[in-house]
Formats: sequence, C-alpha cells, structure tokens
Amino acid sequence: MAFLRPAALCVALAAAFPAASFAASDADLKQLRDQLRELRDTYQQRIDALEQRLAAAEARSASASTAAVEAGTAASEAIRSVAEVRATADSVARRPASASAFNPAVSLIIDSKLTRFQRDPSAYRIDGFIPSGGEIGPPRKGFSLGESELAFSANVDHLFRGNARFALAEDGGAGVVEVEEVNVETLALPSGLKMKAGRFLSGVGYLNQQHPHEWDFSDAPLAYKAFFGYRLQNDGVQLRWVAPTELFLELGAEAANGGKFPGAERNANGAGLWTAFAHLGGDIGESSAWQVGVSHVRANPRTRGFEDGVDPATGAALQHSFSGSSQTWIADFVYKWAPSGNASDTHFKLQGEYLMRRETGELNYGGNGNDYAARFRQSGSYLQAVYQFMPHWRVGVRGDWLRSGTADLGGLDPAGLPILAGYNPTRQTAMVDWSPSEFSRLRLQLARDKSRDGEADNQIWLQYVMSLGAHGAHKF
Amino acid sequence: MFSKLILRLAALLLLVAALPAAAAVNVFASVPEWAALAREIGGDKVTVFSATNALQDPHRIEARPSLIARARSSQLVVATGAELEIGWLPVVLRESGNAAIQPGQPGYFEAASVVRMLEVPARVDRADGDVHASGNPHIQLDPRNVLKVADALAARLALVDPAGAVVYKANLARFAEKWKAAMARWEQAAAPLKGVPVWVQHRSFPYLADWLGLKELGALEPKAGVEPGSAHLAGILERQKATPAKMILRPAYTRPTASDWLGERAHIPVVVVPFTVGGSAEATDLFGLFDDTLRRLLAGLK
Repeated sequence: MAFLRPAALCVALAAAFPAASFAASDADLKQLRDQLRELRDTYQQRIDALEQRLAAAEARSASASTAAVEAGTAASEAIRSVAEVRATADSVARRPASASAFNPAVSLIIDSKLTRFQRDPSAYRIDGFIPSGGEIGPPRKGFSLGESELAFSANVDHLFRGNARFALAEDGGAGVVEVEEVNVETLALPSGLKMKAGRFLSGVGYLNQQHPHEWDFSDAPLAYKAFFGYRLQNDGVQLRWVAPTELFLELGAEAANGGKFPGAERNANGAGLWTAFAHLGGDIGESSAWQVGVSHVRANPRTRGFEDGVDPATGAALQHSFSGSSQTWIADFVYKWAPSGNASDTHFKLQGEYLMRRETGELNYGGNGNDYAARFRQSGSYLQAVYQFMPHWRVGVRGDWLRSGTADLGGLDPAGLPILAGYNPTRQTAMVDWSPSEFSRLRLQLARDKSRDGEADNQIWLQYVMSLGAHGAHKF
Repeated sequence: MFSKLILRLAALLLLVAALPAAAAVNVFASVPEWAALAREIGGDKVTVFSATNALQDPHRIEARPSLIARARSSQLVVATGAELEIGWLPVVLRESGNAAIQPGQPGYFEAASVVRMLEVPARVDRADGDVHASGNPHIQLDPRNVLKVADALAARLALVDPAGAVVYKANLARFAEKWKAAMARWEQAAAPLKGVPVWVQHRSFPYLADWLGLKELGALEPKAGVEPGSAHLAGILERQKATPAKMILRPAYTRPTASDWLGERAHIPVVVVPFTVGGSAEATDLFGLFDDTLRRLLAGLK
C-alpha cells in the first residue's frame, strides 16, 4: 500500500497544477484583453475625431479657394495624424511581450553525408605540396554527420554589429566546438569605410568568405585545400572601403595573427599575416552580373612544422619545419546570368580562381639542425559552372588543377621528402542538387580525385544541407 | 609592389571621392513602384535608382555588386519592408559601408511602416512557405496606400534634404490632388469588379482585392512561394466547379504554367497584372500602373 501513496500524490499534483496555471493565465488574459480593448477604444475615438477634422479640412479646402494652400496642409497633416494614430494603435497591439525581442538572430545549419570512396579518407594528402594542416580530407566512409553550424548575429548598439558562428562536430567520439567566426563590425564609420575585428574569414578571393553550406559543391576546391587548409581564417582586424562610384569597387586590407597555415603558431607581439584585396564588379545589361578580384596574402611563418617520411632507424615519422616568407596571390572572377535578372526559374553561374604561392626560407629537415635554403613556387586553380535548368534543380561541373611547380631544396636530397616529389594533382567533379526551398538542399556529387599520386579515388557523395531559424541573406 | 599599386589606386579614388558630389539626392528604391513615387515627390531634386525591375521576383534578388555600389552613394533607401527584401537588402546595406542608410537612420525608409498591414499570420512557421511575420508586403496595389506612402516619403525626403523641403511639399500636394482625382475615376470604373470571385497565383493581391472588393477564393500556390503541383491544381479545379471564379490573377514576374493550366480547363481568363511600374508596356508610371491594371481586370470580366 505504501508505494501507492506517492503515486496517488503525483496524480493529484499533476491534476492540480495544470488547472491552477490555466486559471492564472485566464485571469491574465482577461486583464490583457480589457487593457487592449480600452486602448483600442481610446484610439478609435482619436481616429474618429481626426477623421472629422480631416473631412472638415477637406470641405474647407474645397469651398474656400483663397485658403486652399493652408487647408491642403491641414488636410495632409490630418492624414498624417490619422496614420500615426493608426500606426500607434497597431504597434500597441503588436508590441512584443518580453525582452526576448532583443535576442540575436539565431541560425542553425545541419549537414549530413553518405559517401562511398575507393581510397581511405583518413590517409588523404595532396601530393607535391607541403601539408596545410587543415581539415582537408573527405569525411569518413559511409554515413557521417558534417559540422553543424550555429550562428548568432545582432546589432550591439548604434555603432557595432556582432557575429558569432560555431561549428559543432565530433572528433574521435568526443563532441568539439570550433569557433569559426566571432567578430564585431562597425556600422557607422564615415565615407564607405567598414572595420571588422575578431576572428573572421578573410576577404581574399571569392570563395573564401562563403561558409560551407553556401558552396555549390560538397567540398572545397583543391587549390583552397592546398594553399589555405580549405579557407583562410584568422584572428585580426579588417578594414574595407567601398568607392562611391557606379562601378562596384572595394578595397580591403587585413592584419592578423597568422597562427594558421600559411602562417605558423607564433609567440610574438603584432601581426604575423597581412592581406590586401580589391574587388571590382557590375552588371552587363539586366541579365548579367560580374565580379573580379585580386588579392595578396603575406605571412612570415617561423618553424611551420609538417610530417613526411620515416626515420629508417626508429621507424617514427620525421618532423620537418619551414621558416621564411610565404606570399600568395589570388585572381578570381564570377559571372552570373539570369533571364531579366530573375533567378527563380533559371540561372547560370561561372566562377574560377587562380592561386599562386611563392615561399623562400629555411627548411629544417628531420628536426636535427640541418637547415637548407629552400624555394617553392606553386600554383593551383579551379573553374566551375552551375546551371539551374528548372526551378529548384541545378547541375554543376568543376575542374581542379594544381601544379607543384618548382621546389628548390638547396642541396637536400629530394628523396628525403617524398610528399614534395613533383606531381600535378587534378580532380573532376559533377553534381546535381534539388532545393525545394531556400532553406533546404539535397545534393548528389560524383568526383574523380587524383590528389594522391597514382591513387585515383572515385567518389560518390550524397548530402543534405538544411537551414533552421533566422537565415541571413547570402553575399553575391 | 602589388600592395603599393592598391594603395595608389586607393589614393586616386579618395581624390575622386573628395570632389563635390552632385547636388541631387540619390534615392535607392528597392522596387520600381517606390522609384516611381520618389520621382513624383522628388522631381528634379532627386536621382532615383530602382534596384529591381518588374520582371524580377522581389523576394529573390541577389546582393549584386552593382547594388552595393549604388547603395554606397545613396542618401535615402526606400524599401517596402515587411521582410519583402530580407533575402538581399540587409547584405547590400551592410556591405555598402554607408552609415546614413542603415535601418533606424533617417536615410532608411520602409513603406510598410505607414500602412495598415493585411494577412498578418497568426503563426510563423516555415512549413507554411514563404511567410512574412509582419503581414503581406505587396501593399502597392491599393492607391490609398500609395497616398499614405507618398505623404510619409515627402516628410522623409524633407528630413534628409531640408533645403528641398518646400519643393517636396509642393510636389506632394500636386501629386495628391492628381492622385485623388485619379482614384475617384478608378473607383467609378471599377464598380463592376465589386464582389467578383477570383483565384490568385501568389498571395500578391490582398490590398487590390481590399480596395476593389474582389473576392479572393484562394491562391494557386499551396504555400507562399511554392509552385503548385498537378494534384493541388486538380483540387482547385474541383473547387472551381463548386464556387466558380471569374478570372485568375497573376503578377507579371511569375511563371505562367500553373495559371494557364487552370485557365484553360476552367475556361476563365488569366489576367496578367503588371503588379508594378514597368510590368506592362502601359504601366510607365504609377498612374499608368493603375490605369492598366483596371483595364486588364475589366477586360477579364467580359
């Protein structure tokens, strides 16, 4: 019997509480309704009075031709007052009930993939290039959950706007939160200037500022993977200026910590990476729009480490490092076409980028004090076209080309660094995607990836990307 | 070397920027109807740019570089508001680096803020399609709204450019007088449209229906912004048999497929409404827009 008593109590409580809360909310509601009715009545009276005034003013203006000007003003004033009172009445009725109206806009992107690869994705590398250390490999075989992006943004006050974007992922069974972007940007700098400070995606190139969910393909171009560890993200400041011209011209520069590739972790004051970029864009008639850009990234990495080869004595991986200067140039273009500029039925997009990097400095081999004067000159590019042939359906193709170029190792036997053996990786990709709305996308992607020398990987990707919540507008 | 070139280019452009700007107020209108209205009120004191044309879907515009460049040198942005331009205008404004036209500043004006909104949804859920939490944003097809917006726009122009206040006031008075006369003419001509049942392609016409007394039976789109499927259209055809509509209204920028399909089977005319200035050859200004809209509706009735 004893065990029944608590159960009965629970039931009684469960029965009692909802009733109590309903009663309370009913009373509240009634009070609210009364208040609202009162408000509406007062405003109705004012509206009526003003409408009478308006009618009177109109009558006056019709009859008295001499006083027409004054009456006209009175009439328009009366109209304005009526509109104002109506607007106030409406806004009173619409006023949000709580402080949550000030909450930042929250957006969540979820992404999941089903893949089939011929080669092991965990052994992914791009031959001919010093590893960039980023998350450049494909996801694991079979079903996998991509990074979920959680983004917040709001105006801080009249001067600043804050943005934050976190990637929630899983690493070896443990959940990890990566800080993708956290920055403030200015809202009120004069003469077309804008400043951003914090962690942000650099303004260089075209694709670099786009988040993975905005990409037209499931993964980044090879050139971005090899040169920036899939994208250039840094902690620092950015200054941009838009010219007051009919042709769009934007100039920008950034100074950043440079703790990530092509920079290296550093323990020093000041900046370790600088960029400068310019974008020019406009329309051709009603149907076409274009944008071209040039960018420059400069970093001075100190002991930027990478692994390659095996120590024949111990069997352990050899650790090398590079110190010197790294300069990357980017040329980018994008062209978009839509009939009469109406992209909802059909549209076409062609985009391409060319990246070139020059590095000169000291290469430390095996960490044992053997420094060699090394010089690298490498390049990469991609070209992609996406066509929406009917509402919601798009097809796309992409070509990737990398050139490992010249590697002068200053007397070091090239056999000691197998990953830097001359090789020109390529990849061809095709995709078709279906977007029932602006917030959902399903994509099938086929690729032949020859990033690894002599190991072509035929890939099949099936992916969905979904946007929940307040979804901000995308850039061009 | 490369950075130096960029710096030199910047210096040159700063010089160009420092030259005295043209005296006219640059107005950036999000849609053609507000561009036309700004021309009526501003006269030769303003230079008006329309970000979209009548054949573009105002919900789906890209934040093109040309729009950012125009926003950069504008003193006043005239938008519809009510989230019509949410997919592109916020980015254009932010990227422009122009502090004077940010929301909340005198240089940012929303037409929807001065009219009474219709179809304010009771619940906001993306499962209902492209819903607008503040109500239906297609406010321009009620001439009474145009008058209210004109009034507020003149006040706003006077705030942005106090030197031209007298001109804006005079232009407003002239426009309002002409507009009221035109409204009386339109309302008289449109008397036969009162109570006429219609289907609409997209929920673009509540304000037009409210003004003329058209009876909207429903939309061909099952959800706002979602193209109707054949099963949904067949359902509408069934409903058409029970409660027959006289015509189907479609804005000029939408695809004709669905409305033509229904029109053919139900033997009722599809009326392509210009929807905004430039939507038809006759709709060259706001007066032409309403003249042509009424002409087409009355022709559909016959």
